[in-house]
Order: sequence, then structure tokens, then C-alpha cells
Amino acid sequence: MTARTPAGAGEPLAPMVTDSPAPDLLRAAFEAATEAMLLCAAADHTVLLANAEARRLVPGLGIGHDLAAAPLPALTRAAAENADSFRYEHEGRCVYGMRRRLDDDHYAWFLRDHTEESERAAALEIERSRTAFLAEAGRRLSASLHVRRCTRTTVELAVAHLADAAVVVLPANRRQSAWVRLVPDRAAEEGMLRESRLTDVPGLVEALGGFPPIPSRWLDASHVPDWLFPAELGPIGALLVTPLPGNAEPAGALILARRGPDASFAPEDELLARVFAARAGAAISAAMLYREQVDTTAVLQADLLPPALPEPDGFELTGSYQAAREALRIGGDFYDVFGPAGDSTDTVIALGDVCGTGPEAAVLTGKVRQTLRALRLVHAGPEAMLRVLNEALLQSSRQHRFVTMVIGSINRIDHGRVRLELATGGHPAPLVLRNDGTVEEVPTSGTLIGVMRRTVVHPATVELAPGELCLLYSDGLTEARGGPAGTEQYGEHRLRQALADCRGMPGVVAVERIRQLVSDWVHGGNKDDIAMLAVRAPARAPLSLRGGGVPNTSPFLAAARGGDRRTRARS
Amino acid sequence: MTAPTQPLPLHDPRLAEHYLSLIGDGDERGASELAVALLDGGTPAQRIIVDLIGPSQARVGELWAANEWSVAREHSATAVNERVLAVLAARTTIRPSRGRITLACVDGEWHGLPARMLAELLRLDGWRVDFLGASVPGRHLITHLHQTGPDAVALSCMIPTRLPRAHAAITACRAAGVPVIAGGRGFGPGGRYAERLGADAWAAAGEEAVTRLADGWPPPYVSDVPFLDSDSFLGDEEYTHLVRSRPQLIATAMSRLPATYPVAHHYDHGQLEATAEDLGHIADFLAAALYVGEEQIFTDFVEWTEGVLAVRGVPEAALRAGLRLIRDQLIDFPAAIAMLDAALAR
Repeated sequence: MTARTPAGAGEPLAPMVTDSPAPDLLRAAFEAATEAMLLCAAADHTVLLANAEARRLVPGLGIGHDLAAAPLPALTRAAAENADSFRYEHEGRCVYGMRRRLDDDHYAWFLRDHTEESERAAALEIERSRTAFLAEAGRRLSASLHVRRCTRTTVELAVAHLADAAVVVLPANRRQSAWVRLVPDRAAEEGMLRESRLTDVPGLVEALGGFPPIPSRWLDASHVPDWLFPAELGPIGALLVTPLPGNAEPAGALILARRGPDASFAPEDELLARVFAARAGAAISAAMLYREQVDTTAVLQADLLPPALPEPDGFELTGSYQAAREALRIGGDFYDVFGPAGDSTDTVIALGDVCGTGPEAAVLTGKVRQTLRALRLVHAGPEAMLRVLNEALLQSSRQHRFVTMVIGSINRIDHGRVRLELATGGHPAPLVLRNDGTVEEVPTSGTLIGVMRRTVVHPATVELAPGELCLLYSDGLTEARGGPAGTEQYGEHRLRQALADCRGMPGVVAVERIRQLVSDWVHGGNKDDIAMLAVRAPARAPLSLRGGGVPNTSPFLAAARGGDRRTRARS
Repeated sequence: MTAPTQPLPLHDPRLAEHYLSLIGDGDERGASELAVALLDGGTPAQRIIVDLIGPSQARVGELWAANEWSVAREHSATAVNERVLAVLAARTTIRPSRGRITLACVDGEWHGLPARMLAELLRLDGWRVDFLGASVPGRHLITHLHQTGPDAVALSCMIPTRLPRAHAAITACRAAGVPVIAGGRGFGPGGRYAERLGADAWAAAGEEAVTRLADGWPPPYVSDVPFLDSDSFLGDEEYTHLVRSRPQLIATAMSRLPATYPVAHHYDHGQLEATAEDLGHIADFLAAALYVGEEQIFTDFVEWTEGVLAVRGVPEAALRAGLRLIRDQLIDFPAAIAMLDAALAR
């Protein structure tokens, strides 16, 4: 706006229509209107009357001026083109104009200054996009509990909304700092950085040290070390290093860079970056806490999960453990295998069920397994193991917790046969699948472990011919509820039938099949742990499921081996 | 790898036939030796998996469906294929050069071998692979994602009845910020249902998945998160009612069966249980078809079942009787009735 007095201001208005002078009152109202108005003669497009607002809006336009020479280019163009409206935007100003016909000889232009409204709308738009950005940031950052994913999301969001390139540097751990970087046209990169290099980046040590953020204008972007960004990014014009606030100590630092000589971070940008960094920091520190917990749990879990089974000579061992539907994959069922120790050549297997599920049951499971391991070292047999375990549980257990379990001692005997001595303490007796497809229950029985002073155990011995299988299982298997009605137990009858159908299958296949049948029965929602352990005397090779034997030699095999391949393959 | 060897006839049908007989006999050692010999002879492990193990497994399924192989033999053969994969894995060490990926079969999906093969192919392509196995409950999968933070989840589903659970898993994975590639014929012809269930990508088979993941992964982040979509629940009240009334539907159908299908009077306990199971399958496939809104899921199932039953000497009338018994109980189920009618009209 100029300070010049607009033309016509304070001057008496010339009569606009010569033959019928307007009443003074009407003229005053015209002059006082807040909308800018220009009354023009249609014949020669001259301005007959311009009110105060019009003179303010279009300085230099006065009575008698030709519209074609008005000092508002958009207006002159509209007049030249005989248009009814125009929109003018220049140097931040925004003016709308609209023409209305008054009578055959006259028309009026109504002009409106939209500069402020446009500014408000633009500010609102910026505010909206910031809100949307922070909402998206909150949503995406809260999605993961994994540190790496959170840091990646942080740089992705930063590059999408705040800067040309972004790096997140995590606090040093053992003199090494992990970093994630994202620059345009590249996938996110990750790496480790020696703690001593952190001082190379202006403001980084301060940000990681928990000091308040340093304004961007104090950070000399020309001091950015070469290793921070790839050369293809070009010279960095502005640098912003913001701490990622965490749990009482920073969760890391966010480095933002804008390229080009004129780049800068305005105070609003810095504020937005700080708000964003607060969210990212909260997400990353939560993920760090979660990782610590997971690491701790994993250590505990490792001892409680079923062991990897040995592959002993002379018989197959297959285990299967399915925890009830919980995130923590540990529960009350367990099995364990103790290989030959000292002068004991037998392999001892145990499968049991501690009352209850979850971590408490799992802890007791751990104790039971440890006790069995110790008993194994003093050469206790299955029956003695159960008795001592009963004593130990009665003396140690604070709450009334009991265990049911089967313990077996496995020995190879002649002709590929396998002998099992089995003893049960209140647990379902194991089943044996014979080669003719019959399923027998092992005649062993006994009382619960950990309840009564006196236990009664009746051990039994079974022998497996090659191809025969003995299945130890927990009652979660037979008590699984489902079926067509949704509430029926799977039951021992169905288990026996399923086992009978497994004739000829290797142990691992039989166990997997039963597991699948039960899963189908319960429609995937098993409420209890299910443990199975199968011992099988291997069928004499080559096993044939269709009766007849097959030749062992293969022309393809021989061709494939050819020459020195053979020795290579064996080495 | 310098000594010249004559090219191995990997595509020779006689080789495939021989391998099939090995796995059909449960000859783990023989099958492994054959695979190792091919590997030592210079055949890439990928080719052995894709051109030998994969087709053999497909044949196993066909032979079971044709009632030529027993369930026991089918399962044993599958187990041998798994062992061969493990042997190949032990003999090929690849330094991980790509990201990390989690592989799982949908909860209730027990066909683990296709996913297992993909796991090997991805490992050979340089991925760090966590294979969680068959039938992975959704919660276990999500816990794993939070613990390992993979770049992708590959979800396998071979049977459409698991699609509602696949949908839940896909939604949860994407909510956890991990993109999902779906695989397996359960997702329909051309993976049609995968997109509807929110998967970021789909691949028909292992090699295609490897190619899809090799380039342009992860896909650009889609800001409209699935759990905010109105589509995050597929199916409508028909699906809900059908699933909730499943036990009564089957019980009523079983009680009415002898009246409409007199042979059932003489069914023994085992046959009755098998029939109830089959009726359960009808209800489950119908529910899946309603959930996804695809009639073809149901008609394909009926067609396939007819084939399987025919070679086992079960007359077509038995299946039709079952379909009618379910249909006649459905009141106010226009979509379900239309599907059943379409199946019956075939």
C-alpha cells in the first residue's frame, strides 16, 4: 500500500449522471460501503464514481479515468475482454472483482480484498497438514514395539514431512551407536558408528547428552562430516539436531538436513520437529523397554521350553508341544529326555502335566525337570524317580500344586526291538501302536505326584517290534473340546482310532498327524497345553508303505554321482 | 565346481517318477541322496526345490485325492520332502544380504510344505528367514513381529476356510506396520481374495514370491491403515449367524439325514462321524464364501469334494443330500441359499 492519498479522496464528487444528480444521502451511503465499488459508464468504460474502499484498494484510480488504464492490471484486462469477473494475486495481495449491469448505460464493479482470508486459509492449511502429519506419526510410531522398525518409521516420516534427509542415531552401547538414515531415492540404510565419531556432527553429542535442542541457525551446516550423508545429496544448507526424549534419558537424536544454499529451518519447523521428536522418542524408548523384557523372557523361556530331542541310535524320538493360546509359549505341560549317563546306557524320557498353565506352572515345570535330571544322574529308575519327586514336591511346594507324569526308560534290545519300562504318576497311560494296527494301553498306573505322602506306582514293561510306536501324551489332547457340536471332548476313543491310522508312519509323521487332527477338532482354539512324545522302533529299511520293496540303486543317482563327485559329496 | 559333469536330467520324467517312488516309500535316505547328488552335480538348489520337490508334492496330493495313496503314505511322503529340504538347507550356506522375513501358515492351516519350500527359496535368495511353521496362531505371529521387526510377513493359506483367520492375521500384521505378501491357492484364482483381505502383494508360488520380494519391497506405505477401513470386517450378519449356528446346523442335519438319505440308517459310528465332519466342511466353506463374498469358493469346494468322493465310491447323492439338509435349515440367508442353489444346480 502506498502512503499517497488516493485520487478523489476528500474532493467533492463529480456528478455521476449529469441529468439526474444523486441525492446526497445515497451518495454518502455509497461512499461508506465496506465493499469497494466502481460505477462506470458502459459507453466508454470510464469511472463515474469510486467509493472510499475502492480508492484504498486501487490507489490512483479516480473519477473520469478510463478502466482500460486502471492501475490494476487484472481490472484493465477484464475491461478489455468485457469479462464479468477477475481474480488478482500479486505480491501476497489477493483481490476479487465482479461486474454487475445496472442499466443499459451503466455497470458497476464490486471489488473485494481477500488477502487476509487467503493468508488465514494458507495458515489453516499448514496447521492442518501439521496435525495430519502428527496424527500419522502417532499412529505409525505406535504400531510397532520393535526398535529398528520404530527408528525406520521415524526417518521415513521425517523425510516425508520435515526435511530432505534424516538420520536417527541411538545412544552408544559399548562405544558403538546404531544409526538409520534415509535420503531421497534410496532405501533406508543402517549401520553402527564408533562413539568417538559422534563429535563430528555439530550438536549431536549435546542432543544425545540430554541438553536442550540447539536452534538450527547456531549449527554450521558446512561442518557436516562427509560420512553423514552421501555425496549425491549435494551441499547441506541447514542442519537441525533434535533430541528424541526417552525414559529419563534420551532415546536417541534426530538429525534433519535440508539441501541447497538457501535452505533453512524456520522457528515453526523447529517447533514441529521437536513435537515430532517427542513422539518418536516415546515410541523408540517403549520399544527399547520391550526389547529388554523380551530378552529377559527369552532367557527364562529357553530353560522352560521343550528340549531339542536327541537322535539316538536304534529308536526314533519325536516330541510335540503346543501351548494354550497365549503369547508366552510356555505352560504346564512338558517333556524331557535324558540320554545315557555314566554307566547307564538307557535313555530316560518324561512327559508330565503340572496343574495350571502360564508362568507359575512353567516355573514348577522347571523345578520338576531339574529334579528328574539330578535323579537320572544317581541312576534312579522310573518308579524311584516318581517316589523321590513326590517327596521333594511335598517338602518344597508352598502352594498345593501337583504333577501327573509318565517316566520311561528306553533300551535297545536284539533284532531292532526296543524295550520300555514305564511308570505313571496319575497320568494317562501311554498307548502302543502295534504293527497289525491294534492300539494297546500300557498297563501302568499310579497316584498323583505332590499330593499324598504315600504314592502307589505300578510300573510296566513293553517291547516294541520294528515299526511299532509308543505314544506318551498329556490330557490336553483327549480333553480338547470341539467337533461338530463344538463342546465335545476329543476323547481316548478318537485318539486310539487316529493312532491306529498312523500305522507305518514314521514317528514324526504320526505325531504331526495327531496334532493336526486335534487342531481340526477344536477349530484351532485349544484352551489347554498339549504335549506328545513318541518312541518308535524304526522299521527295517527300506520301509515300504505299499508293501513291495523298491530297488535301492538308481540310474539317475549313479549318473549324478559320476566320477570324483562321489568323494566330494562324502567329504 | 570345475569338474565337468554331464547335464543332469532334472526335467526327465523318469527322474520325477523315481523320486516320487522314493518319497512314496518313505525312503528318506534315498530321496536325500538323490537330491544331494543333483546338488553336487551342479544343479542349483532352487531348481531342485522348484522342479523336483514341488511337482512331487503336487503329485502326492493328486494321488491322495484319486484314492491311490493312503493318508499314511501321503503324510510320510510329505515328511520325506521336508527332510530333503532340510538336507539341502544344510548343504547350502548363503550369507544374508537382504532383509528379514517371517514366514507362517495361517492358523489352522497344516499344509506346511509350500511355505517351507518358499522359506528355502528366500533363504537362498539372501533373506534372513524366520519360518514359524504350520498353523501359527495369530497372537504368536504378532508377538514374533514385535520381537524381530521383519521387513515382510509371508502368509500361506492353502484352504479357503482359513481365510477369515488369514484376514485377522493380515490386518494385525499391517497394524503392526509390517507389509504382508500372501501366497497359496487358498487366496483364490490369481490371488483374488488376497487383495480384498488387505494383503500388500500376492504370489502364486515360491519363485514368484521371491521375484516379487526381490524388487521394490517394501511397498509404499499406505496411510489409510486397515483397521480404520470400513472394510476391516468382511462378511456380514449372514456369516456371523452361520458360524454361530454351525453346531445346531450339523446336529439337525445329522438327525434328518436318514429320512432323506436312507442308506444312512445303516451307517456305523465311524461313518456317522465322517458324515458329521463332511457337513462341518460344507458349513465352513459356505462361511468362507460368505466372508469373502465369493460364490466360487463354495462351488469349487463342492466340485472338488464330488471328485474325491466319487473315487472313494461315495455316490453323488450323499453330497447333494448334505447340501440340501443345510440349505433347508437356512432361513433369512439369501446369499448362502444362492450359493447352495448354485452348487446344487451344477
